[in-house]
Amino acid sequence: MDYRSPGSAKEAVDMLAASGSNAHVLAGGTDLLVKIRTGMLEPQVVIDLKNIPAIRGVTADASGFRIGAATSCAELGEHSALKAAWPGVVEALRLIGSTQIQGRASLGGNLCNASPAADSVPALIAAGAICEVFGARGSRDVPVEQVVVSPGRTSLARDEFIMALRLPQPPARSGDAYLRLIPRTEMDIAVVGCGVALRLDEAGICTHARVGLGAVAPTPLLVEAGATALIGTRVDDKALAALAVATSAACKPINDKRGTVDYRVKVAGVLAQRAARNALKRAKGEKLEAQHG
Amino acid sequence: MNDMTTTSLQQSEFKIVGTRPARPDGVDKVTGRAKFGADLYLANMLVGKVLRSPHAHARIKSIDTAKALALPGVKAVITAADFGDLPSEFIPAGEMMVNFKDMTRNVMAREKALYEGHAVAAVAATSEAIANKALKLIRVDYEVLPHVMDVVQAMEADAPLLHEDMYTINVEPRPAKPSNIAKRVEFALGDIAAGFAKADIVVEREFTTQPVHQGYIEPHACVASVSEDGQAELWCTTQGQFIVRSFCAKLLGMEVSKLRVTASEIGGGFGGKTVVYVEPLALALSRKACQPVKMVMSRVEVFQASGPTSGAKVWVKMGATRDGKITAAEAVLKYQAGAFQGSPIQPGCMCAFAPYDLENVKVVGFDIVTNRPKVAAYRAPGGPISEYGVESVVDELAQKLKLDPIELRLKNAAKEGTKAAYGPKFGPIGLVQTLEAARAHPHYKVPLKANQGRGVASGFWFNIGGETCAALNLGEDGSVTLVAGTPDIGGSRASLAMMAAEELGIALEHVRPVIGDTSALGFNFLTGGSRVTFSSGMAVIEAARDMIGQLRERAAKIWEIDLKDVTWQGGYARAVRDPAKKPLSLADLANTMGKTGGPIVGNAAINAQGAGPSLATHIVDVEVDPETGKTTVLRYTAIQDAGRAIHPSYVEGQMQGGAAQGIGWALNEEYIYDAKGHLANPGFLDYRIPVCSDLPMIDTVIVEVPNPRHPYGVRGVGETPIVPPMAAVSNAVSNATGIRFTELPLSPPRVLKAIEAKGASA
Repeated sequence: MDYRSPGSAKEAVDMLAASGSNAHVLAGGTDLLVKIRTGMLEPQVVIDLKNIPAIRGVTADASGFRIGAATSCAELGEHSALKAAWPGVVEALRLIGSTQIQGRASLGGNLCNASPAADSVPALIAAGAICEVFGARGSRDVPVEQVVVSPGRTSLARDEFIMALRLPQPPARSGDAYLRLIPRTEMDIAVVGCGVALRLDEAGICTHARVGLGAVAPTPLLVEAGATALIGTRVDDKALAALAVATSAACKPINDKRGTVDYRVKVAGVLAQRAARNALKRAKGEKLEAQHG
Repeated sequence: MNDMTTTSLQQSEFKIVGTRPARPDGVDKVTGRAKFGADLYLANMLVGKVLRSPHAHARIKSIDTAKALALPGVKAVITAADFGDLPSEFIPAGEMMVNFKDMTRNVMAREKALYEGHAVAAVAATSEAIANKALKLIRVDYEVLPHVMDVVQAMEADAPLLHEDMYTINVEPRPAKPSNIAKRVEFALGDIAAGFAKADIVVEREFTTQPVHQGYIEPHACVASVSEDGQAELWCTTQGQFIVRSFCAKLLGMEVSKLRVTASEIGGGFGGKTVVYVEPLALALSRKACQPVKMVMSRVEVFQASGPTSGAKVWVKMGATRDGKITAAEAVLKYQAGAFQGSPIQPGCMCAFAPYDLENVKVVGFDIVTNRPKVAAYRAPGGPISEYGVESVVDELAQKLKLDPIELRLKNAAKEGTKAAYGPKFGPIGLVQTLEAARAHPHYKVPLKANQGRGVASGFWFNIGGETCAALNLGEDGSVTLVAGTPDIGGSRASLAMMAAEELGIALEHVRPVIGDTSALGFNFLTGGSRVTFSSGMAVIEAARDMIGQLRERAAKIWEIDLKDVTWQGGYARAVRDPAKKPLSLADLANTMGKTGGPIVGNAAINAQGAGPSLATHIVDVEVDPETGKTTVLRYTAIQDAGRAIHPSYVEGQMQGGAAQGIGWALNEEYIYDAKGHLANPGFLDYRIPVCSDLPMIDTVIVEVPNPRHPYGVRGVGETPIVPPMAAVSNAVSNATGIRFTELPLSPPRVLKAIEAKGASA
């Protein structure tokens, strides 16, 4: 197995283009190294992206945040402006792995591992994150919900990788939240994960909403019917009931070692309601500690 | 036979026993200096790897190892052909019986592979990469057979048969056909029909429990080195170096004295390291290669091929009068043994109703083989399964009688003089004391909120003694090396050193406890059955008394007085009739021992008798999320009779550890097999033992009802704490939801389904 560490994005693309189909991109390695150790993968080439300058770190300006795709979750969890603007995204990414894993795990890695159960992805979908995808033909923007196409597969070409994720500055009266269900309290994979982002007008009517859903279909989902259930309402019990129905209806889960179809469908609706309530509190300016589902 | 029935010291006289000094192995463990099973490296050491069956049940038609052996770097390849076959004979090991015909087949499949992960061949090579490559070159021709995973299905007449020669024993007449039912056992007392006739109320339930793994963090690991003349060394992580020696010598056809086994530090055992897996394979590979061979199991291998405890079907029926007197109790237990017979059905039957003073009892048990890894001992093997069913029914009886569950237990509690259904009359035991302590505990009075429930359960375990040696070697400066033969899996070095220091009357810092290898002492039975603080403690006290006798003789010699006029008190030899003679300290006598008669060694070689049962009562509060079915443990209190707590912190540690494992068993732990009999969750990600944040601080209360058969009153404490949690948690969840649960684990999907079914029927 060869290990390569390109120092620029261009070099990385060239390496990817030149490597065979058995080349794997390494960011934090929290998924890749485990797969190698357990024999699931035997890569010929591992290309470590962490030394590309623009792939790590967070920049913020009036338009929003640019998060380097290989920035560690520990670093993001301590970014006070990001936490204040997108508490739901941060509470989601803080659920990935353990304290030790947080020092390595990254949003780009969590997304490109292409697990339907990735914790950060439903929250990023709800937040409307945009990925900067870099490849031989330069840079292109891809909405986060269009990256994963099936379990373990992304829409990226073989010579492409994600350089950064962008989140807007949220307007006034916005809030987001993420909740997941695991049988334990940590160190587990979501049975269901749900992110909700919403915005209220001055009268308290929901004018914008996005619902992201994980672990209930082959890919993380953007649940448009869920958003429709909230927009134009005060996010009251009736709207939340409609949200639950819409969210459950969007599920296309499987029975597996982590949950049954019936269970996932039911709990998706429950979590959507609870995440929407948390997002609503935040939109109304209530301080809400990070939630663990 | 040794029987120390006199308690030489009263509690108030103890200076060291009952205190909480730092453990002697602590610094090595927190600095990473301690050597665990995989930490030994020898020159020219090879890596051993195992080829495992991909099938749950298959006949092995042929194995071709030629290509693997031809691979450069491969030094040895073994299959079952490298082990002689052994006859069917049962030998007691720990709390279970072993059969060497089965053991040789479990460590290396012979005619058939009986579970996914069953070892089929092994290689030793100069690197892990070469060893892995060699495994892929071994060609095994399998005839895949139908398999059976479920205990009830395995009992059916047309079930796939694992062993063509298995005829159920203890049934009359002998069955005409073989089956997967290895044996039937029965214990009875009184007249069960008459007992139920007297009952005003009868509760009858069938329970299901899942096989659960011991979950030790350290996988099985060893290094074996066999020389050209057949002398062998083995370093391994084990609960019993002497048992490993017995087993391996038998499997390899060696004399036991040719094999020296050293127990490494152990990263958890809980019963699961009382058996051998890679150890005989490493020895066989090393014998062929004449080089040291290291083998370390992966976590996947640990889950696929090492012993869990049984899953079971447990049927319980109990009757009581209106005022809460239990009149009859009956149970039928069906325990999975895995691929080879030997589930803990016998202790399971014996424990089932042991906490209660009953006139009419009947327990019938079955030992059943299935295409899963062979079970191994796990903390109170068998007890938690049957007692979960019984304690759930006791809770339901209390509910229906509108009696407090502690009150109902107190009305029926076994005490000194109670005759157990399995035979003996109990000596002093502490169930009543734990129940009274539970009722008085502040935890029991905390008000509960919506969706919260409280559960109570009691538990019983026998504890054992057995063959034990200890030596105290007096150093020339008066310090003492304590050699014990029982691996320290729960802080026993601290406790043993404390007992030696207490008896000798010296400061604890002058006693260094070590665990000897098999050449250091006579035979020691393994660390299991909660026997070490009891048995090795008894041996250490006897060794100390032996040493004191020698010290008195030396003093008598120096003073030229009669031995009977020399006493040993507070670490000094004293001349009783001549107070003017300056007392001689242990160091004084050690300094001069070369001139007064030579080295001083205190020895004990005993068969410790009189282990007293330990009983416990646990209280747990839970909250159940009615929309997700998820259970959160809010508060937990474990109360247990320790006889005498030598080092209370390690007694509490045992109580907390057992409770934590029991909570995992209750809430989330289960093996998930697919239709082909392949394990879908062979790792800690999806085999869900509790993580730290899942548990509240587990409160403990130690009750001390001294065991009169131990000089300091010790009872074993390590196993009882895993007995009550499953029923306690299940009773709490039942009380929180108003639904009586009878199936483990109480995972969120199962609980939510029951809540929804209740809502639909309401």
